[in-house]
Amino acid sequence: MATTTMTMAKALNEGLRRAMERDKKVLLMGEDIGKLGGVFRITDGLQKDFGEDRVIDSPLAESAIVGTAVGLAIRGYRTVCEMQFDGFVYPAFDQIVSQVAKLHKRSDGAYTMGLVIRLPFQGGIGAIEHHSESPEAYFAHTAGLRVVSCSTPNDAYWMIQQAIEHDDPIIFCEPKSRYWEKGEVDLEGPSHELFESARRREGTDVTVIGYGASMKTIMRAADTAASEGVSLEVIDARSLSPLDLEPMIASIEKTGRFVTVQEAPHTASIGSELVAELTQRCFYSLRAPGIRVSGYHVPYPPTRLEEDYRPSVDRILDGVDRVMGFES
Amino acid sequence: MIDEELVQLLTPEGLRVGHPEYASSLDGEEIFSLYRDMVIVRRLCNESTSLQRQGQLALWAPIQGQEAAQIGAGRALQPMDFTFPTYREHGIAWCRGVPPEDVLRMFRAVSNGGWNPQHFRHSVPTVVLGNQALHAVGYAMGVQRDGAEEAVMTFFGDGASSQGDTLESFVWAASFNAPVVFFCQNNQWGISTPSSLQSKVPLYRRAEGFGFPGVRVDGNDVLAVYEVTKKALDNARVGGGPTMIEAYTYRMGAHTTSDDPTRYRIDAEVEVWKHRDPLERVKALLVREYQIKGAAFDQVNHEAEAMALKLRDDVLAMGRPDPITMFDHAYASEHALIEEGRREMLELGISGGAH
Repeated sequence: MATTTMTMAKALNEGLRRAMERDKKVLLMGEDIGKLGGVFRITDGLQKDFGEDRVIDSPLAESAIVGTAVGLAIRGYRTVCEMQFDGFVYPAFDQIVSQVAKLHKRSDGAYTMGLVIRLPFQGGIGAIEHHSESPEAYFAHTAGLRVVSCSTPNDAYWMIQQAIEHDDPIIFCEPKSRYWEKGEVDLEGPSHELFESARRREGTDVTVIGYGASMKTIMRAADTAASEGVSLEVIDARSLSPLDLEPMIASIEKTGRFVTVQEAPHTASIGSELVAELTQRCFYSLRAPGIRVSGYHVPYPPTRLEEDYRPSVDRILDGVDRVMGFES
Repeated sequence: MIDEELVQLLTPEGLRVGHPEYASSLDGEEIFSLYRDMVIVRRLCNESTSLQRQGQLALWAPIQGQEAAQIGAGRALQPMDFTFPTYREHGIAWCRGVPPEDVLRMFRAVSNGGWNPQHFRHSVPTVVLGNQALHAVGYAMGVQRDGAEEAVMTFFGDGASSQGDTLESFVWAASFNAPVVFFCQNNQWGISTPSSLQSKVPLYRRAEGFGFPGVRVDGNDVLAVYEVTKKALDNARVGGGPTMIEAYTYRMGAHTTSDDPTRYRIDAEVEVWKHRDPLERVKALLVREYQIKGAAFDQVNHEAEAMALKLRDDVLAMGRPDPITMFDHAYASEHALIEEGRREMLELGISGGAH
């Protein structure tokens, strides 16, 4: 197995590079992605190597980045759109929901909306307002779209390539607080299909399901729980729409208890959907109701307070305690 | 209509007028053919309004008054060009070869599209104002990357000229010198909103601020619309960049069959525009200059009548689709929730499962 160590940022960069080498129809478009290499340097060096026609520094208008990518898709191009930050995707919301999600259907399959919208999401970087949001549920709710999130460099490297090759439009959520963390990347082949969940840790007492930046926090919580004699099984959802439920069901049939973790507020969220689906499908295995550990139902706070908003090890363990507290 | 900004080659009375930049290149046969198309799409529109009034369509968006703008623009296109319409481009659809009954599928509420947009190189209608202008510019950027000599044209109205997407598409087109023509039909009214509320300058002048030429053409003069559009498309195909055309016209009917224009505009205005009818002036020219006789006009009317009868039959034959078809093409590949929905529908006997 040829593995190499790299940051998630570099893994995304290498994944984009491989996708562009493989298919000349793959384009990148976004604000400051060319000469600067993107504000997070995800596209660093790609314009130099692939040219300004394929790595397009765009004027500053998110609706136009997505709207012109729709036209390029109709022409047979596969455009990877970079939204500079999660909080700046909303000007493009209309194009994503009204057009990207619907045109394959409305054209009876004549149009392929093979485009990827990269979204650096979640908080944890001490930024100012609008730079730390978790808008994934808006897109997961929209029929016609698919939503995925990577949490490791290996997944970042493979999932971005898989997303670009896929014919459906994909909202690709990148946990920006993990961009600079290193991990092993297997250059030979992906560990999972794009829309599969992944078990990150085996356990017996409680199943904890999360995605994106929360995964690292959940793994730390699992270490702490283990030292206290509680065994957590950890699942990375990876695909937020559609959800890959079967492995979660198998896990809950074993543990009888589950907790979901996310930075977004829990009302009408990925966690809500997980609790509803898993309760329905695992009803007779459950020994406690599913608990959602999430951000609070407030606008994202000033980031001096963000660690009190984002699910912490303590809050995850509190959720674990709550499901463990149900007797049956 | 004395307006020095306006490109006009044929007056409402059917008299030719000169213009320093544009001259009509069409012979009598070609002009007659434009006239024929205008008669047919007017008849198509009238038949569709009747079908709606008889409960056979959910809605109809009339084009009466805008036939010259649409036929002039539509006929200036080359087969390889690509067009991005709104829901009111029935004349453009006709020029692109889309069967009239396919245009009515959306209005009969049996489809949210209606035709294969890649086959006709005419996109499915866009209802959210301005969205399609960005699609056109993106498509044009693809044309540039393919090194193809093709042009792209998108349509919108005075109402959509206020939308952010429309204005963003102007920025993109200018920045990337995209081979696109923005064809704005200023029909003076966005439902009840007058064009004076959309813009404090003539719409075509906005183009200059974005860095490309804008032209205002008499939208009721098919000869002028044809020449202005042809020049803009030709220019785009050879790398000359975008042009905005403002076809100055008038929506003679309601916004849609759900609208009541008597609540917001006066009859006198409509009367003024009646005298600027796009068909009558061409007919006058054909009679006077080309000695076209009544029999030829009768023939066109018969053709339009036959089209309308067939259209009516085709529309009445469009039944309710099998509910299971709502799952087709929602995604390009397998999706668990699509399978779940299909399965439930079959189990509950909502659908027989026929595709």
